[in-house]
Amino acid sequence: MNPTYEETLLSIAERDPDLVVMTAENRGAIRNLPGKLGARFIDVGIAEQTMIGAAAGLALRGRTPVAHALATFLTLRAFEFIRTDVGIANLPVKLVGAVPGFLSDGNGPTHQAIEDVSLMRGIPNMQVYCPADRAELVACLPTFIASRAPAYLRFCGVEPAAPHHEPFVAGKAETFGTGTDVAILTYGFLLREALSARDRLAEQGIAARVVNLRTVKPIDEAAVLDAVSTCRLTVTVEDHFLTGGLYSIVAELLLSRGVTGRVLPFALRERWFTPGRLAGVLAFEGFTGPQIANRIQEALA
Amino acid sequence: MKDPRTTPFGAAEEADLRALALRVREHILGMATNGGCFIGASLSCADILAHLYSRVLRVSPATVRDPGRDYFFLSKGHDVPALYGTLVELGFLEARRLANHLETHDSIYWHPNRAVPGIEFHSGSLGHLLSVSIGVALDIKLRGGDNRVFVIVGDGELNEGSIWEGCLVAQAHKLDNLVLIVDRNEFQANVATEDLIPLEPIDAKFRAFGWSAMTVDGHNFAALDRAYQKLPVEPGHPTAIIARTVRGKGLPSIERRADRWFVDFTAAEIEALKRELHGEASAELTSETLMVR
Repeated sequence: MNPTYEETLLSIAERDPDLVVMTAENRGAIRNLPGKLGARFIDVGIAEQTMIGAAAGLALRGRTPVAHALATFLTLRAFEFIRTDVGIANLPVKLVGAVPGFLSDGNGPTHQAIEDVSLMRGIPNMQVYCPADRAELVACLPTFIASRAPAYLRFCGVEPAAPHHEPFVAGKAETFGTGTDVAILTYGFLLREALSARDRLAEQGIAARVVNLRTVKPIDEAAVLDAVSTCRLTVTVEDHFLTGGLYSIVAELLLSRGVTGRVLPFALRERWFTPGRLAGVLAFEGFTGPQIANRIQEALA
Repeated sequence: MKDPRTTPFGAAEEADLRALALRVREHILGMATNGGCFIGASLSCADILAHLYSRVLRVSPATVRDPGRDYFFLSKGHDVPALYGTLVELGFLEARRLANHLETHDSIYWHPNRAVPGIEFHSGSLGHLLSVSIGVALDIKLRGGDNRVFVIVGDGELNEGSIWEGCLVAQAHKLDNLVLIVDRNEFQANVATEDLIPLEPIDAKFRAFGWSAMTVDGHNFAALDRAYQKLPVEPGHPTAIIARTVRGKGLPSIERRADRWFVDFTAAEIEALKRELHGEASAELTSETLMVR
C-alpha cells in the first residue's frame, strides 16, 4: 500500500523539526496528525486570515508552516494575507487547498475554487502545484515543502487513472504518448479525462499526446512550446475559470515567444459550474473523456 | 535594556524619556515635509514607543537577530515616523537615513518594511500584525522561550474583523507572552472613532475575549511603566494595554485636529512647528490633510 498524504507529511515532519502543520479546522486529510505532532499541529479554528498571518510569523522564526483549508476560503478569504504577509516577505509558507475545482462537486458556488490558480500565480515567487492523483500528491510533497519559496498546492487525492512514468520534478511535465495530431495540456484530476479522450481519439485514428503539467508555476515551457509547434491542435483542459488559468498561461507563453498555434480551451467561462455528484458535474459541463474527444474531433474535421 | 520589573522609574528616568520623546518628535517633523507623513498618528504614539524601547523591550542593536529577543510589531504602519525616530535615537538605524525619507534609493517610506534595521515586519494594511505576532508568540512557546511579543494597533484598526479573529485565537492558544497595545487617540483617518464606529468600552471587549486588559495614560511614562511591570498579568492569557493618547500630541496646532492627519507642510511651517514643539507660540498653518490618503 502506498503511503497516504498524511503519512508522507508526518514522515517529512519527523525528519524536519521545523515543520509545523496548521489548519483552519479543515482536518479531512490530516485527521491523525494532532496526536502524532502534538504542539506542532496548530488548529486556529475557522479563521483563515489569522492562520496565514500566524504562518508568516512562524516562518519568520524559521518554521515551515504547511497550512490547510478549503481551497476557496484559503485563496479567497485569506488572499490579502497571503499576498501581503507571505508574498511581500517571500516566506516559505506552504498552502494546501482542499477540494479545488470540480472536486467541490455538490457544495455549490461558495465552495468552488476555480480562480485559485489565477490568484496564486499572480503573487510574485509563489509556486503552484497541481498533482493529478494520490500518487502524484505524495510524490510532489517533499519538493513542495523543501522549496524555500511560498507555494500553493491544489490538493488532489483521487486514485491514479494510469501509472506515472516520470519522477516528479517541479516545472517538468509528464507526457503520455507522442501523437502529433493533438496535444491535450492539463493539470489535476482531469488528467484522467484527458487520457480517456486520448484513447477515444486513437480509436478514430487521431494520435494525441497528453501533457500532465504537474506544476503550472513554474510551467514546463519546453513541453508547451513543443506541443504547440508539433501538433495540429493544442487543447487546454482545466477545472478553472478561462481567465487566468492554464489557457491564459499558454497564451502568455506563446505571445512572449512569438509562437502562433491553434488552442482550444476547456474551462469555465464567466459562470460557476452546476453542482452535483462529480460524475454528473463532468458530464453536465462537458468535461468527460468522450465529450472532450468529440469536441477535438469536430475541431480537427 | 532596562527591565521595568527590576529597575525603578524615578525623576531621572522621567527626564530622560521626555528628552528622548522630544527628539523623536523632531524626527517626525522632519518627515512631515517634502512629501509629508501621517503626522497626527505618529505624534500620538511617540511616547509609547520611546518608553517601550527604553524600558520594556529586551532588544538592542546587537540583538536584532537574536531569537531570544523581544519582538515588536507596528501594525498601524502609517505612524512609522515615530518608530524611525525611536530606532535612530536608540542606535538601531543611522540618523542620516531619515534624510532619505521617500527617496527611491532607500527604504524609508510611509509604511514600515524589513529593509530598515530594527523593523521586524512590514505593515500598512490594517489588521495584519496581530496574526503575525500570534505566529511568533506560538513559536516562542513551542521552543520554550521566555521572550515576549508586543504589537501596537490603532483604535480605528479595531474596526477590522481580523483583529477580533486574532483575539479569539490568541486566547485559545493561551499566549500570555503576547501584549497588544492600542494607541487610543480617538481618531481614525478622517473622523473621530466614536462618531463612526463606536469602540467603547474597549477594555471590556478584550476581557470578553479572554484577555487581560489595562487602560493607561499613553503619555504618562510612570503610568506606562507601572502597567508593563504587571506583565504577564494573568498566566495563560494575552494582555491588552489600552493607551489613551492625543492625536498630534506635543503640537497644539495639530492636536485632535481631524484635518491634520496626513500633511505635507512647507519648510516654513516645519520651522514654526519645531518652535512650537519647544514651547513657543502655536504655528500658523495653512497646509491641511491630503484627503486622498
